[in-house]
Amino acid sequence: MQFLTDIHILSLVAYIPLAGALWIVFLVPREKSGAIKAIATGVAVLDFVVSLPLWFAFDRGHDGYQFVEKASWIPSLGVEYHFGIDGISLVLLLLTTLMGVIAVVCSYTAIGERQKEYYVLLLLLQTFMIGTFCSLDFFLFYVFWEIMLVPMYFLIGVWGGERRLYAAIKFFLYTLAGSVLMLLGIIALYFANTTGFLAFKGLGNAPTFSIEKLTAVAAGLPADLQIWLFFAFFLGFAIKVPMFPFHTWLPDAHTEAPTAGSVILAAVLLKMGTYGFVRFSLPMFPEAVKTDWVVSLMVALAIVGIVYGAMVTLVQKDMKKLIAYSSVSHLGFVMLGIFAVNMAGIQGAVLQMINHGISTGALFLLVGIVYERRHTRLIAEYGGLARQMPIYATYFMVMALSSMGLPLLNGFIGEFSILQGAFAKSFWWALFAGTGIILGAAYLLWLYQRVFFGELSNPANAKLPDLSLREQLTLAPLVILALWIGLYPRPLFDVLRLPSEKIVAAVGGRTATAPAMAAGAPPALQEPSR
Amino acid sequence: MSFRGSDWILLSPELVLTSAGLLLMMMSVSFGKAKEEFLGFVGILSVVATGVALALAAMQPGRAQPALGGMFVLDNFALFFKLLILLSLILTILASVRFVGAAPYPGGEYYALLLFAGVGMLFMVSGANLASIYVALELMALSSYILAGYFKGERKSTEAALKYFILGAFSSGVLLYGISLVYGQTGKLGLADVAQLFASAERSNLTMLGILLILAGLLFKVAAVPFHVWVPDVYEGAPTPITAFFSVGPKLASYAILARIFYVAFPKFAADWGLIVALVAAATMILGNVSALLQTNVKRMLAYSSIAHAGYALLGVLGFSNPFGIWGILVYLLAYLLMNFGVFGLVIFLESHGYAAETVSDFNGLARRNMPAAIVMLLFLLSLAGIPPTAGFIGKYYLFTAAMKAGYAWLAVLAVLMSAVSLFYYFRIAAAMFFSEGDGAKLSGSYALTAAVAICAVGTLAVGVAPEPVLAILRHCVPLS
Repeated sequence: MQFLTDIHILSLVAYIPLAGALWIVFLVPREKSGAIKAIATGVAVLDFVVSLPLWFAFDRGHDGYQFVEKASWIPSLGVEYHFGIDGISLVLLLLTTLMGVIAVVCSYTAIGERQKEYYVLLLLLQTFMIGTFCSLDFFLFYVFWEIMLVPMYFLIGVWGGERRLYAAIKFFLYTLAGSVLMLLGIIALYFANTTGFLAFKGLGNAPTFSIEKLTAVAAGLPADLQIWLFFAFFLGFAIKVPMFPFHTWLPDAHTEAPTAGSVILAAVLLKMGTYGFVRFSLPMFPEAVKTDWVVSLMVALAIVGIVYGAMVTLVQKDMKKLIAYSSVSHLGFVMLGIFAVNMAGIQGAVLQMINHGISTGALFLLVGIVYERRHTRLIAEYGGLARQMPIYATYFMVMALSSMGLPLLNGFIGEFSILQGAFAKSFWWALFAGTGIILGAAYLLWLYQRVFFGELSNPANAKLPDLSLREQLTLAPLVILALWIGLYPRPLFDVLRLPSEKIVAAVGGRTATAPAMAAGAPPALQEPSR
Repeated sequence: MSFRGSDWILLSPELVLTSAGLLLMMMSVSFGKAKEEFLGFVGILSVVATGVALALAAMQPGRAQPALGGMFVLDNFALFFKLLILLSLILTILASVRFVGAAPYPGGEYYALLLFAGVGMLFMVSGANLASIYVALELMALSSYILAGYFKGERKSTEAALKYFILGAFSSGVLLYGISLVYGQTGKLGLADVAQLFASAERSNLTMLGILLILAGLLFKVAAVPFHVWVPDVYEGAPTPITAFFSVGPKLASYAILARIFYVAFPKFAADWGLIVALVAAATMILGNVSALLQTNVKRMLAYSSIAHAGYALLGVLGFSNPFGIWGILVYLLAYLLMNFGVFGLVIFLESHGYAAETVSDFNGLARRNMPAAIVMLLFLLSLAGIPPTAGFIGKYYLFTAAMKAGYAWLAVLAVLMSAVSLFYYFRIAAAMFFSEGDGAKLSGSYALTAAVAICAVGTLAVGVAPEPVLAILRHCVPLS
């Protein structure tokens, strides 16, 4: 582990894609599309391989940030270049590097024009996302958080669908509006730590943006200020999640983005918001999180998101839009788990972030595959595909089942854990959220029925080729992960245990509220006997 | 009143630049239209020579003491602004070379007037006395009026000059009236003397009126609401390199004296003028950004955007009770100089290829026609919108901090939301460059213009990524007297 820290493994993982992007920009002419794809793939795979040792070297018994890198950046402001990860950022980081490979590989044939710019932007986005998850300095975090929007804006705007311009700028403006308010929150914390602002006395410490130090400072602030700051950060994160009622940018951005863009959006970008809640909002503002009306509001929004999102999903006619809206519902679950503020809730929430990345990412890939063949995503255009594309139908079935939370697949573990956490707080929370699971099964099964079963009525579908090897290669890792998490989630729970305990303790909850979960998986799943 | 020998050295930058301006006037008579590029070269040389003189003056021991009988001071604050002013002059001349050569009017006048405006600005930022500040301001303003009307034969240019002159003269009158009221109250014109007398004086309505009128006169110069109406017409009508110059040079100098006068002479009444400045800043940000949203003409859009930026910079004026305000103004103006001039540099670039840059669609497909130009433009737009890691973000960061620190949290909230709004119109240009198809012909710029834009781009990125050197300098740049 010391060796990995010594070679600056986190910076390495973060900047390998950047180096690849610069390589393509300066050394590869735009006509050589084969070389561009090869380099982009090579760089993404290399990045994934370099990030893998983190999983093995990560010390599960160590309470704190690991692989820490620290250097002075802007001493005048107290800004440091400070990287480090705990269990929560570790799993998200690995998800990001894996999705990076898949995003590159799934774009070979889907992207026909301006390939050079496309792969450069994908790689840049990769660097910025990794940087966000690794940052332990608020200033650095904010830089990555904002700059990330730029490549995504262009990915949607250049290679997107018909309404791409509208979707791209809406995505940018919504998320920017939220994050600038978060910036004010950061500035307020900065002053709370140094010389004070408005009527609040500062602590008179040396200026710093260190997330660890400011978290400690924030937790000691008076309750009313904590609530204000909580909402400043809330807007930044809630828009990104997106929580109801800030979700309206999501269907547009998801639907218009190219396949790889949707995959990255669903798998990683949305997780930035929930990650923000877990990493910042809970430990920094415990007084706010303990205030009844704040928790009630958050949970109400989460439950409305779950139910409303699922109901809107039911009536969608466009496959991609359907999956986009299902994200609103799924992320409502994550938010519910977070604001249950107990071990089961938080571990389940982080696990569900990963699960949503895997299953929704895979569903977007699958929709992208038929879209590439037929150039339509309307459900009515399909039907009976199971006869023509059996392998495709199988993959789709597995991922749909995973998304709806069938036992033995990953989605079940996350949702079960979240519901367990919610139940510990209130029977009603769990009851309302439970209806979301039923609706989820309804929209996914109905979608599956309309697209895959019945007669192959539309002659345009009669000659569709089944999945190619490359397409299977993009899907296979996600299926394997879904099965692995579904059957044996314990390694993930192990990694998440200490950071989750720390967060629950920070908010003053009891860390032992969920004995079954703390030990690993729900008892029913300890021994996969079937 | 004493005049020391060493004062000549402190004054040498201004003297060099004045002589160069006179020299250029004479050379333009003997040089034909064909040799005008050479005049531009002489212009750049004279600015460089001024820079050397400034370096000599900066090394003079005891330079921060008031000179010329308390009229003139070369403290770090002035030094910082003088560097920015020289930079803006160099950039303007670089951007003008081809433009002036192509215009059917004598180029010598153009460069000479530019340098005279520069002399005025150099004196302004060093002014330690209300009278010397006023005279320097007029030198800058008169040169600017003529420059705005440099295209004598064109209706729009003449109209711009006339509007600028009438409103400018009116605002100078207001400023002068304010100065006279302050003088009437204190019997002094030196900023330090005024501050000393005010420190023990009671707050009187006449004093407040004087301060208010001075504020109004200066707000006109920085184009804050409600004194902004001249801006779009002047920006649209004036020759584009001059518009670029107007959008940065005179603003820099005006903010410098606004900062110096209010920081040094009127800190006692900060609570009174603070609220007015806060309201003006709010109105300026809202009106500038919302109006820019509605523009289709790029120059007018940039005019309103520059009004909006004047509003952000006013947050720094509010924060004078803490050093973040002064630092914010300094670093923001540096960022603003680089990014705004950069954007105008690209507008000039398009104009040199026959696009009037009247509508956003002139930027269509720039990414295909000249990728580096499009990327650099994107950098400037991101910086203007305050997205990290650019100079614009660092500047805005300081200003927001200053507003929070000064207790105007509501204004900081408004400012961040407005800067999110601004992204919408800036990115109309980005969308045109990258998402639309142009007519396909490759474009290339002149060396001089490329150099100017490159300086801006490198600066914008460098200040954004590694701001420490600049920020370290700022700490020593608070005005002394």
